[in-house]
Amino acid sequence: MKRLMLFLPLVLALAVGVFLAAGIGNDPTELESARVGKPVPEFSLESLHQPGEMLDQSVFQGEVSLLNVWGEWCPACWDEHEYLMWLANDKGVRIIGLNYKDQRENAFRFLGRLGDPYQTIIFDPRGSLGFDLGVYGAPETFVIDAQGVVRYRHVGVVNERVWEEILLPVVNQARGNS
Amino acid sequence: MRFIPVVLAALLALALPAHADSPEFYDFDTRAEEQRFRNLIAELRCPKCQNQNIADSNAPISKDMRDQVYLMMQAGATNDEIVGSLVDRFGEFVKYKPPVDRRTIILWAFPAIAVFGGLLIVAGVVLRSRRRGSDEPALSPEEKARVEQMLSDKDPSSRS
Repeated sequence: MKRLMLFLPLVLALAVGVFLAAGIGNDPTELESARVGKPVPEFSLESLHQPGEMLDQSVFQGEVSLLNVWGEWCPACWDEHEYLMWLANDKGVRIIGLNYKDQRENAFRFLGRLGDPYQTIIFDPRGSLGFDLGVYGAPETFVIDAQGVVRYRHVGVVNERVWEEILLPVVNQARGNS
Repeated sequence: MRFIPVVLAALLALALPAHADSPEFYDFDTRAEEQRFRNLIAELRCPKCQNQNIADSNAPISKDMRDQVYLMMQAGATNDEIVGSLVDRFGEFVKYKPPVDRRTIILWAFPAIAVFGGLLIVAGVVLRSRRRGSDEPALSPEEKARVEQMLSDKDPSSRS
């Protein structure tokens, strides 16, 4: 019995090690979205390109789309933009932009320099739709199915690996169901 | 040294704007309402800067969340409705006090488990030492004799 007790620290250390190892690689900044499985919240916001033209949640109806939340002020958005161009041009993915807490002229400068992969851009200078979606930092990318229901939320930059490993399976599943 | 109070007053004035985003800029009808607001923003967690509540955080999202809390309070919402509306958007994460359910039961039960485990260990140690203490004297007669011999020996090395 005494002999066995000598192994107690080892057992404890192993148990703590296994517990901690399970946490390695979990990104604590990636939170589950409360919006997954729910429809895109109702909104009525201007189009970035056509001031005065109002857009609402019906822009997501009919086809699976990515909703990309971006702003000219967001450095990581500059980084991911070439991948969005690639997705739109080479992969034919429908991307809706949500220009978040930005100014029109800045947004246009951004698109002028890097290109415009968006089918439509929702202009949200006050961040109201972003707030309703639970956006807490750009860039964020949502997968939205043809019924306008949020399927997935990715926080951070979209690149080839994120697309192949994370977003594409969700998109395929969403396409299969509708 | 008459200028010291002036300097102190100037320093104090400089120090105050550090709280520029705090509720001083939200207007409340009563003290109780203001206290309620402070309590609410103190127990909501900023999703961006994860170890701060939205009262302390300067992140833009925290400002938006404080505004939402304020607007809902002005519209007459209850605390549960306000917290619920933020949880609907940002998830359970924003609550510093998670609800007791299947996923969080270990979290909630852990303090009790730790205290109980500690009590068991203490009880075990006490029982064991008590049993040993009553059964046998600390030293056998031979050991006692040796100790006495050692203590009386001025120079232990000379024995051998």
